[in-house]
Amino acid sequence: MTDTVAIDASADTRKWGKVLYVSTVVFLCAWVLVPIYFLLINTLSSPETVTSFPKPFWPEFDLASLTFFAGFDGMLSALKNSIIVAAMTMVMSIVIGAPAGYALSRFEFRGKGTFRLLILLTRAFPLPLLALPLAVLFIRTGLDDTAFGLALVHTTLAIPFSVLITFSLFSGIPIELEEAAWTLGCNRLTAFQKVVLPLILPGITASAIFAFVISWNEVFAAAVLTIENRTLTAFLLQNLNTSPLHLKFAGGFILVVPALIFIFAVRKYLFAMWGIANR
Amino acid sequence: MAEIQIKNVAKSFGAYQALNDINLTIADQEFMVLLGASGCGKSTLLRIIAGLETATSGEVWIGGRRIDHLSPKDRGIAMVFQNYAVFPHLTVFENIGFGLRMQKLPNDEVTRRVERVAGLMHIEMLLKRYSGELSGGQRQRVAVARALAMEPDVILMDEPLSNLDALLRMEMRAELKGVLAESKTTAIYVTHDQVEAMSMADRISVMHEGNIVQAASPIEVYRNPAAEFVASFIGNPPMNFLPANPQGGGKWSVAGQTWDGPATEKPLLQFAIRPEDMMQTEEGLTAIAKVVEPLGAHILVTCDVAGSQFRVILDSEMSVRPGQKLTLSPQPGRARWFDPETTLAVA
Ligand SMILES: Nc1ncnc2c1ncn2[C@@H]1O[C@H](COP(=O)(O)OP(=O)(O)OP(=O)(O)O)[C@@H](O)[C@H]1O
Ligand SMILES: [Mg+2]
Repeated sequence: MTDTVAIDASADTRKWGKVLYVSTVVFLCAWVLVPIYFLLINTLSSPETVTSFPKPFWPEFDLASLTFFAGFDGMLSALKNSIIVAAMTMVMSIVIGAPAGYALSRFEFRGKGTFRLLILLTRAFPLPLLALPLAVLFIRTGLDDTAFGLALVHTTLAIPFSVLITFSLFSGIPIELEEAAWTLGCNRLTAFQKVVLPLILPGITASAIFAFVISWNEVFAAAVLTIENRTLTAFLLQNLNTSPLHLKFAGGFILVVPALIFIFAVRKYLFAMWGIANR
Repeated sequence: MAEIQIKNVAKSFGAYQALNDINLTIADQEFMVLLGASGCGKSTLLRIIAGLETATSGEVWIGGRRIDHLSPKDRGIAMVFQNYAVFPHLTVFENIGFGLRMQKLPNDEVTRRVERVAGLMHIEMLLKRYSGELSGGQRQRVAVARALAMEPDVILMDEPLSNLDALLRMEMRAELKGVLAESKTTAIYVTHDQVEAMSMADRISVMHEGNIVQAASPIEVYRNPAAEFVASFIGNPPMNFLPANPQGGGKWSVAGQTWDGPATEKPLLQFAIRPEDMMQTEEGLTAIAKVVEPLGAHILVTCDVAGSQFRVILDSEMSVRPGQKLTLSPQPGRARWFDPETTLAVA
């Protein structure tokens, strides 16, 4: 008798647990997907529909807003700038971040813990605070309004992630593998090339794409530090401020989609990033 | 020719002294086993020879060449790691051929050598697999094959069989020994399993707290331990100890019995004897049997002699019951004596 009650109770809690779990998942998905869905609808609607209410459930496939952007003056060069800056950020944050991650995982040195903390602390300074001194500095050194200058700023934003991600990647590779390579005729560099690199390449790729997305999405520094060579975010921000609503939606759409595609492409590695230590 | 000489090697990690002044010579083609309890510095010594760790002081010579300043790849050594260290991104074939590729050997030579050592280690059928698709024992074989393929002067092995089950370990023990004898390689083999040490070694170096206490043949280490530590570490169960008081003229009194011992002037010695070296006699030590464990051909009797624990191994024909009184004497020539001050053996 008491037994069945206990079983009923546990089945009950399990059922409610499941309901809670599913509703949380649904809520979180909705949180992300609903705005994107409205963005999509409004982007593919005619200007009249955008301002009307209620919205249609299916988009109208009115491509007018998008084609407007395709023909918009400066759009293509802004896109090109965005890609150049993001690619530079990607390369620099890996070239600088990966060796730091390697050193953190492989060498013992004084102040290692502090160093790790400091890396995170760089994220504690709000960019608006740094923007003015940076702008002055950049103008003095002639870096203002260049893709390289902006990429430098984006690299500082991306580096904490690339250091910590590569740190965990390297830590997931037993030092014995490298030592075995050394006894088999490798020096530090060749052992790294032949053993460590192939093992962490997927993770490095993910970390690089992550840096790319950080740069792609960044708008504040881009808006302050560039004038002629605007990136897409800064360009759209500047122009959409004064544009009608349907163009704002279309512009937002154009910004969101590439970031989504990139993250989608590397989703496997982003998951692996956390699970890498027990692979 | 690859004789290994270790001269005055010491190693400290900060304030912790892991190795004190190690001196050891290993002959060409010798199979030397480093045996000792966990944490005594076996791996540290091996890694210093391999060049994965730098000694705080001292020199390492291989084949008449000083090598302690060289990087691991230039020392003519190959190493088998305790946890295999098989590269997960390469096939078994490429793992075994890794060192050969680094030497830029031609393809057919690599294939020939990989296939030869794969045959020796019985892993020909695994060459196309990745390490994730292998069992522990198979990975172990790959690790050994990878070292052998280098045809090194010296092969260093750090507890290579410790992760295998008992049966596989016994099988691999014999196989490894045969393969290494055939390859004419000088081998240093680290283990804390004394059965493994006894059965494989040409010589055993017993290590204790960063020192080599004795380096001798397995039988010598067993029969004539050079120090109390060796006597109490080797053998299952190890030697029995009883205090001995001098009676003059090389006679010593042990638990009420007077026996012949070394002629020294020491005020006190430790009498030591292996459990199987005691026999039942008309007169002798009085021992009260406490626990009797049948071992098959023999019985292991744990007794009480003058308040200390004393183990003897007797023929299982003998019927001994707990509480029974036994009179025991050492078999001639089997007693050993240690100086309690230095803990070293006294002849
Ligand atoms: N990198 C290190 N830093 C500090 N201490 C170390 C380091 N490596 C080893 N030690 C210490 O040196 C001592 C000897 O270590 P070692 O690894 O040589 O022991 P071992 O005899 O191989 O033991 P086991 O049988 O457990 O492998 C240990 O007390 C260990 O804690
Ligand atoms: Mg060890």
